[in-house]
Amino acid sequence: MSLLAVDNLHLWYDAGGGNVVRAVDGVSFTLEERGEALGIVGESGSGKSSLALALMRMLPKNVARFDGSVRLDGQELIALPDDQFRREIRWSRIAMVFQGAMSVLNPVLRIGEQIAEPLLLDGRFDKAGARARVRDLLQRVGLPADFASRYPHELSGGQRQRVGIATALALDPDVLILDEPTSALDVSVQAQIMNLLKDLKEDPGISMLFITHDIGLASDLCDRIAVTYAGEQMELGPADRVLVAPRHPYSQLLLASLPRLHSDVPPRPMPGDPPDLTSLPLGCRFHPRCPYAFEVCLNHPPPIPLPDRGHARCWLNDPFVAGERYEIHLRPVEAAVD
Amino acid sequence: MTETLLVPPAVVPKSGPLLALDDVSMVFQTRKGLFRGGTVTAVSGVSLVVAHGETLALVGESGSGKTTVGRISIRLLQPTSGRVLFDGQDISQVPEEQLGWLRKRAAIVFQDPFSSLNPYMTVSDLVAEPLVIDGVNDVDARRAQVRAALEAVDLTPIERFVHAYPTSMSGGQRQRVGIARALIRNPDYIVADEPVSMVDASSRVEILDLLNGLQRDHDVAFLYITHDIASARHFADHIAVMHLGSIVETGSAPQIIDQPVHPYTRALIAAVPEPDPANRFRRRATEPWQDAPGAAIHPGCPHGGSIDEPAVLLEVSGQPGHIVACHLEPARAR
Repeated sequence: MSLLAVDNLHLWYDAGGGNVVRAVDGVSFTLEERGEALGIVGESGSGKSSLALALMRMLPKNVARFDGSVRLDGQELIALPDDQFRREIRWSRIAMVFQGAMSVLNPVLRIGEQIAEPLLLDGRFDKAGARARVRDLLQRVGLPADFASRYPHELSGGQRQRVGIATALALDPDVLILDEPTSALDVSVQAQIMNLLKDLKEDPGISMLFITHDIGLASDLCDRIAVTYAGEQMELGPADRVLVAPRHPYSQLLLASLPRLHSDVPPRPMPGDPPDLTSLPLGCRFHPRCPYAFEVCLNHPPPIPLPDRGHARCWLNDPFVAGERYEIHLRPVEAAVD
Repeated sequence: MTETLLVPPAVVPKSGPLLALDDVSMVFQTRKGLFRGGTVTAVSGVSLVVAHGETLALVGESGSGKTTVGRISIRLLQPTSGRVLFDGQDISQVPEEQLGWLRKRAAIVFQDPFSSLNPYMTVSDLVAEPLVIDGVNDVDARRAQVRAALEAVDLTPIERFVHAYPTSMSGGQRQRVGIARALIRNPDYIVADEPVSMVDASSRVEILDLLNGLQRDHDVAFLYITHDIASARHFADHIAVMHLGSIVETGSAPQIIDQPVHPYTRALIAAVPEPDPANRFRRRATEPWQDAPGAAIHPGCPHGGSIDEPAVLLEVSGQPGHIVACHLEPARAR
């Protein structure tokens, strides 16, 4: 049984004027075992942060559709009443680290009190127990225990993000969702936070959903990568394969658009414009920007299974539909998988 | 690590660079008050050269002073000491009223396209504003120049954008407006201060390609300020690495990326997460240099350098133009 199994999850927003934004549109993935990390990679507006909010059930008011299946250790979460979800799941089983380490912390509360808040609300800890636990947590994220008595403004950005991680770890969650945890940090501080996440992934073996726009950063930590575009997962697969042999043209172009440090190949700009989320193109949502698009792409492609437990939502992966195009565009990819 | 031989740099007379900073320092006054006062040295002893029509990338982390250097280079800030030569003229202490000519020849593109554009102005008003200030009163002439600038930055079809407000545009499109604004006076030199850090990853290359194209077509020189050393490799001719207010290493882009000498440059390069399976799960070396404010040298310096001796600029032997600031090597070089 998977630790976390998300199946056909939808989160749509009512954008007013009869418009609907399909932020999460039929997303499926699993986290199989403890200590596995899945990278959710996408541009802004691809629905990757909405996925995090859906899993934490921290929904805005204008939700138009929220359904599908989220199973944690076999327990279906979608059907749980809000009150039970808050008491039994949020923060204690699934926790989250937010993007803006600067704005998430309360400026007038000492660090220790902020970390202790979920501990005291949970009821498992008395004051003395919570104090000891806060010291433990601070140490685990690489901060001195006496930081508990400091205020957020006394901390650097990297230190504040460590506090955010300590807060999320307070109740020993099974799954940690990280939403762009390093995007506001310098590269050297980013590397330190990534090192910390690698440690936590190994010991105590926390499973992670790592949400980022930077596929390089995702590959640094994650075992598998899911590439999202316009609310859909375009590709899912082992990071080692997705980086070298992406099976979806969007993943290919995304990788080609990154400036590489040790390559003379110049980065190529992504063709076309980002999609208008309130009026998505018919058929494959990427086809207006796709250099390989052909007639069939006007039909909406399903996630086509790949031999490595992954999938790609692109007709080119179906040899019967793609015909000779399958050979042309995905041949080198095929070779890399073998 | 391979031993790098450092030698004193040959003094090559530069044949009139467009911009030259010579030993520029900037000290800011902080905490003004009757009983409390303090200073922050944001930039100390920076010298750099930008040739006509070339791009120099100024790479560093936040607080390194790279934005301050960019602003000094077009006299948005007056340096505390040192000379700023623009086309041979020292502009470092000239009063602002006499800098009208510089404002036409040098421009800046700001980092944040969300806060640097007035939300109450349309795109055409934003782009035309410098011309209005210049006293171009002919509305038709202004309109023609605005159209040309919007075309140059690929904001087409123009009709869709001229009357648009920035709030209805994406980050990449807004940044194009910022570039068109900088371009409208046909400058020779543009400071691009983190022009793509707030733009979506997949649109960054497009903006940088655009800047490259402008350089080709209009012979503009760029000071490209960035924290992303990988993008500097592809979009700059030369790279200068800044750390705590000083330039620690300069050279051609391949020299800096492929054969970095200064420990800070090496650490900066090592911290870049590359999407390459070979790099995965590797713990990145992160010496605590950012926890040592004020230390002019990387605590992880493999030479065990001492900062008792002032840093000296030395050239990497066999690599003309590849200069590194080192505290330790002077003793060896002697």
